[in-house]
Amino acid sequence: MKNDLLFDFTVDKAKKTVTIVKEFAAELPLVWDAYTKQEILDQWWAPKPWKSSTKFMNFEVGGRRFYAMVSPEGQEHWSIQKYTSISPKTNFKIYNAFADKDENPELPGSEWDLNFSEQNGTTTVSVTIYNESLTRMEKMIEMGFKEGFTMTMENLEKLLATLPR
Amino acid sequence: MRRDIFQAIADPTRRGIIALIALQAMTPNAIAENFNTTRQAVSKHLRILTECELVKQEQQGREIYYSLELEKMKEIDKWLDQYRKIWETRYNQLDTILSTIKKQKK
Repeated sequence: MKNDLLFDFTVDKAKKTVTIVKEFAAELPLVWDAYTKQEILDQWWAPKPWKSSTKFMNFEVGGRRFYAMVSPEGQEHWSIQKYTSISPKTNFKIYNAFADKDENPELPGSEWDLNFSEQNGTTTVSVTIYNESLTRMEKMIEMGFKEGFTMTMENLEKLLATLPR
Repeated sequence: MRRDIFQAIADPTRRGIIALIALQAMTPNAIAENFNTTRQAVSKHLRILTECELVKQEQQGREIYYSLELEKMKEIDKWLDQYRKIWETRYNQLDTILSTIKKQKK
């Protein structure tokens, strides 16, 4: 991390959950937008050199986001996220599943619970992911992030170095 | 058949078995003595754990000893660590984007 903002990743194997807590140096409405607006989301969702490409996104209860993680070679891995509950600027819930390019979900998926709060200009986001089967997670990693990773970290460092602080 | 490792460790008795044999290799009878359950039930749990390759068996004389497959346990942590890195990278990227947007607004 390039700053001292909190990043916490905890796994509860018994409950089959992963919880990721992160602080951001920005006010809540902006952070909320970053998670709920397609044009911002696509800029950070995929760990580089992968790209996130959203085909459509309807941020409303029952609405869906259909997107692909695109590898540098152009390989597409599709996912569907269905918004199951939304409390504006506080919380939203997603049902996330891998999919084929024709929007057919591959079940079971995982349940995501995202909580947003702000204190003194710092916004904290807590994401809890419940997996019926954590084999899914294994699959996600097998899908190609593994190889790309060392490269990813290097790319990121380069990118950060070029950006004005 | 390949089993789901997390299904294997989601059961409290199986977690108990893992904790026990992490300390030393044990026979099914010795393991069963630690649980309020039948020897048969313990055998079934051991079979599931074996199928997941979380435990290994070793014949010593007339007895079979079960011990923990440490490498496999490490493997679980390894892919969780990969997942952690995905989120870390993703959030590093978001930090950068948020600061860019904030600057543009000023």
